Amino acid sequence: MPSLKDLRVRINSVKSTRKITSAMKMVAASKLRRAQAAAEQARPYATRMERMLGNLAGSLAGQSGAPRLLAGTGGDDVHLIVVVTSDRSLCGGFNSSIVRRARATVAELQRSGKTVKLVTIGRKGRDQLKRDHGALFIDGYENVGRKGLTFGEAREIGEKIIERFEAGEFDVCTVLYNRFRSVIAQEVTLQQLIPFPVPEVETGSAVPVLKATYEYEPSEEAILADLLPRNLSVQVFRALIESFASEQGARMTAMDNATRNAGEMINSLTVRYNRTRQAQITTELTEIISGAEAL
Amino acid sequence: MAGKVQFELVSPERLLFSEPVDMVVVPGSEGDFGALPQHAPMLTSMRPGVIDVYEAGVVTNRIFVAGGFAEVTEEGLTVLAEEAIPVADIDPQSISTRLKAAERAIEEADSDRARAEAERSLAVAKAFEAAAEGAAV
Repeated sequence: MPSLKDLRVRINSVKSTRKITSAMKMVAASKLRRAQAAAEQARPYATRMERMLGNLAGSLAGQSGAPRLLAGTGGDDVHLIVVVTSDRSLCGGFNSSIVRRARATVAELQRSGKTVKLVTIGRKGRDQLKRDHGALFIDGYENVGRKGLTFGEAREIGEKIIERFEAGEFDVCTVLYNRFRSVIAQEVTLQQLIPFPVPEVETGSAVPVLKATYEYEPSEEAILADLLPRNLSVQVFRALIESFASEQGARMTAMDNATRNAGEMINSLTVRYNRTRQAQITTELTEIISGAEAL
Repeated sequence: MAGKVQFELVSPERLLFSEPVDMVVVPGSEGDFGALPQHAPMLTSMRPGVIDVYEAGVVTNRIFVAGGFAEVTEEGLTVLAEEAIPVADIDPQSISTRLKAAERAIEEADSDRARAEAERSLAVAKAFEAAAEGAAV
């Protein structure tokens, strides 16, 4: 049976925890709003780039001499997985679900005899994967987008990936991140970057009609060769932005739950505190009365 | 003049410009071209330079872009630029910082790739300077 003082101390400690979690929840909510706005503003560029690529790749499809970023190296022995997680924790299952999926993917690829290499973005993913797969790491980034994510950071990562690809370090590159579904739902997504899967241009829409009459300057191949590396950076940027918004959403939900749990705990502790206090008073009274009667 | 072109300028971070205008002159990699309504569909890469937006025969807006792509379709002109700054907003100090950074990068480049990259950013910086000077005249 804890003493009254112990209970008081515990109630106070849970109360201050609740203050922290509710503050974190509010911070996450405001960051989430910003992240969502950023994700929305980034969408036009990505969709337009996708359309251009679809047009170009469609007209070049099946031709030999397509850029390697599109056609691949021909092999598929070495896989590079870019794992996007957050730098901070206290965001529920956000990082664990990515790490779990990363482990499963690595295991699956290794079972089928492929070599796997890992690049981590975000400290948590690196920490959690280090023990089992530390030997597979070839690169790691931390504090990406700490002061608001910029395209420049995504481009640096994208260019590094392309550099490694051109040096023949891997054949296939995929990125693993949390896609933002809604504030309470994130979806672990595995997206292939190299070779780039060509977005299907819907037949029957107005686009294929236009395609035939496009003029290209300098040439289709040159534009494609220029467009593909940029597209990679755009995809990395998109993954980062989505992951960031998801992180804030996950943290908001986790902190909301924590705040509620703390509230419940305070209630039940308070009830226990009052009961104990009352029991003590009753005992004291009984003692006094029986003492007086004995006289 | 009948009709207008829908001019859209997008950077990876956001949509910067989306308005119907009379004409847009774009610095294509094979030379500048003007996009008027009913322009034939085309797709081109851009060199670093300045996009001029014309409204009723006068330039109403000048925007510096550090390269990218321009696409003309039936609907209008779409420019994808990684970096775009309205010429009027260029800070004179940032020009010299950029030039110096690019020159230093060339000196420090230890591989062909790094050198090519540095030379590219120097070209961008020079175009940046030219754009700012053009605005002052």
